[in-house]
Amino acid sequence: MTETFYDVMRRQGITRRSFLKFCSLTAAALGLGPSFAPRIAEAMETKPRIPVLWLHGLECTCCSESFIRSAHPLAKDVILSMISLDYDDTIMAAAGHQAEAIIEETIEKYDGQYILACEGNPPLNQEGMSCIIAGRPYLEQLQHAANHCKAIISWGSCASWGCVQAARPNPTQAVPIHKAPGIPGDKPIIKVPGCPPIAEVMTAVITYLVTFERFPELDRQGRPKMFYSQRIHDKCYRRPHFDAGQFVEQFDDEGAKKGYCLYKVGCKGPTTYNACSTVRWNGGLSFPIQAGHPCIGCSEDGFWDKGSFYDRLTNVNGFGVEADADKIGGTAALVVGAAAAAHAAASAVKRARQKGGDE
Amino acid sequence: MTIDAMGPGTHTAHSAPDPATAPHTERAVYIYQAPVRIWHWVNAFSILVLGVTGYLIGSPPPSVGGEAYFSFMFGWIRYLHFAAGYILAIGFLFRIYWAFVGNKHAKQIFLPPVWRGSFWAELLHEMKWYAMIARQPLKYAGHNPLATLVMHVLFIWCMVFMILTGFALYGEGTGMGTWQFDLFSSWIIPLFGQSQDVHTWHHMGLWVIVCFVIVHVYAAIREDIMSRQSIMSSMFSGWRTFRDDKPVADE
Repeated sequence: MTETFYDVMRRQGITRRSFLKFCSLTAAALGLGPSFAPRIAEAMETKPRIPVLWLHGLECTCCSESFIRSAHPLAKDVILSMISLDYDDTIMAAAGHQAEAIIEETIEKYDGQYILACEGNPPLNQEGMSCIIAGRPYLEQLQHAANHCKAIISWGSCASWGCVQAARPNPTQAVPIHKAPGIPGDKPIIKVPGCPPIAEVMTAVITYLVTFERFPELDRQGRPKMFYSQRIHDKCYRRPHFDAGQFVEQFDDEGAKKGYCLYKVGCKGPTTYNACSTVRWNGGLSFPIQAGHPCIGCSEDGFWDKGSFYDRLTNVNGFGVEADADKIGGTAALVVGAAAAAHAAASAVKRARQKGGDE
Repeated sequence: MTIDAMGPGTHTAHSAPDPATAPHTERAVYIYQAPVRIWHWVNAFSILVLGVTGYLIGSPPPSVGGEAYFSFMFGWIRYLHFAAGYILAIGFLFRIYWAFVGNKHAKQIFLPPVWRGSFWAELLHEMKWYAMIARQPLKYAGHNPLATLVMHVLFIWCMVFMILTGFALYGEGTGMGTWQFDLFSSWIIPLFGQSQDVHTWHHMGLWVIVCFVIVHVYAAIREDIMSRQSIMSSMFSGWRTFRDDKPVADE
């Protein structure tokens, strides 16, 4: 019989007391009531570990880097054992043909039962030649694994939206997982966007999957509502400065020292759905805004293509030159105003002439 | 005063038996019913507030000093924007309702008769009038075809766009589970791709309205002076008066 999570934890020398603490913390992190802690504990004690294939396409491995830093000590040590992470080329011991053989083995052994975790995305141009895994385009590996999986997790902005490799002009035609050709439509996909996603969000999504054997509630774009239903702005600790009208005008001004709102230096908090302002990073230590830098909106679709990270009014593409709404609209208003003035002058001339003619 | 008590375009303020000695004859038609006039000015005021506060939301005024506790400056700017937005939206819904129950002129900007050849022919004539090719414009009790089309495209659809995107952005603040979010944000934000794009296009809408206002005010003043019917005073009194007895094109 496959080991349960609890077995694995105990084998690793984790006490039952620590195990129960982990369950309570996870319940709290998921926004569940205290009564769910025992349910999580029970699930961990009785359910076999879910096999996971963690595939890497075009990406920078920041999702993996974030994931392994999940703050809670148990999360760090255990989540990697909780799931049966059969394949993850970044952190697995095996390499080369040996490693690749594991993919086939898992697909055969757990057909229709394993979770496919995707980090990065496939490029479509040049027949996928921009991302080669074990001599074959990543797209083929992805399609093959997706055809036999139970569900797909799109880790990070690459897999969820496309991210930097899909930014204009997207030379390799990188596409997010849900837009890749040959992915069966009946496989549920959960998006966990962010560049990278918050470690605790990643581990919490997995814990939820293990505990309830289903995805948490998703929004219309396929993101788990529990972490992506509110904007950074909604829970930002600098929000009182926003409402008061106290803004950082420049990074070295008095307002910056006093911790004023970063809206005017381009903070994308008001348009970014993520849990940074509540869960924070590095074990709840801080997050970009707390460190004095505006949110760049890394968990939003196409955040690379919206112009500068330091402007509130972002660029409108398709006008040839880079211009924000005020530049385009202001120019249009000027042209219209000038046209109206010129027309008025011409009308006056015409009227004067006509009056002359009437007499 | 009952609506259209005198029948559109048929009332003559004075009868003129002897053209040589009669005082100036003026026909008057009741066009803009009171609710339309009130709506027009409430709407104009809302747009003014929305435009100014909306611009400030995109480019906030200089920072306020002191403790955050003592100031709610940006909060007030946003509050005014939202309040004016509600007034505009409710007014717009009322205006749609009035298009059904009001007089025939109340429907005009909602339904330009684009299926009629005469509409396009008269539109061309109106454009020639504006291009100063035609010597005289046609006379209209309601809007001329060019005005109707501009009102319909630049005003009606721009209003629809701004109300939809505006509530989508507002719903983001009220949060999931509120009607603003469920009715607007939940589908409009994904439709545009992300919230930032909705902000950008909502901001572009501001400039479309600025352009509309420039054209609207200019054309109203110009027509008032140059053409043969009253424009500006009609939006206060409701009555359209004419400067001559030539037939009206839209009667």
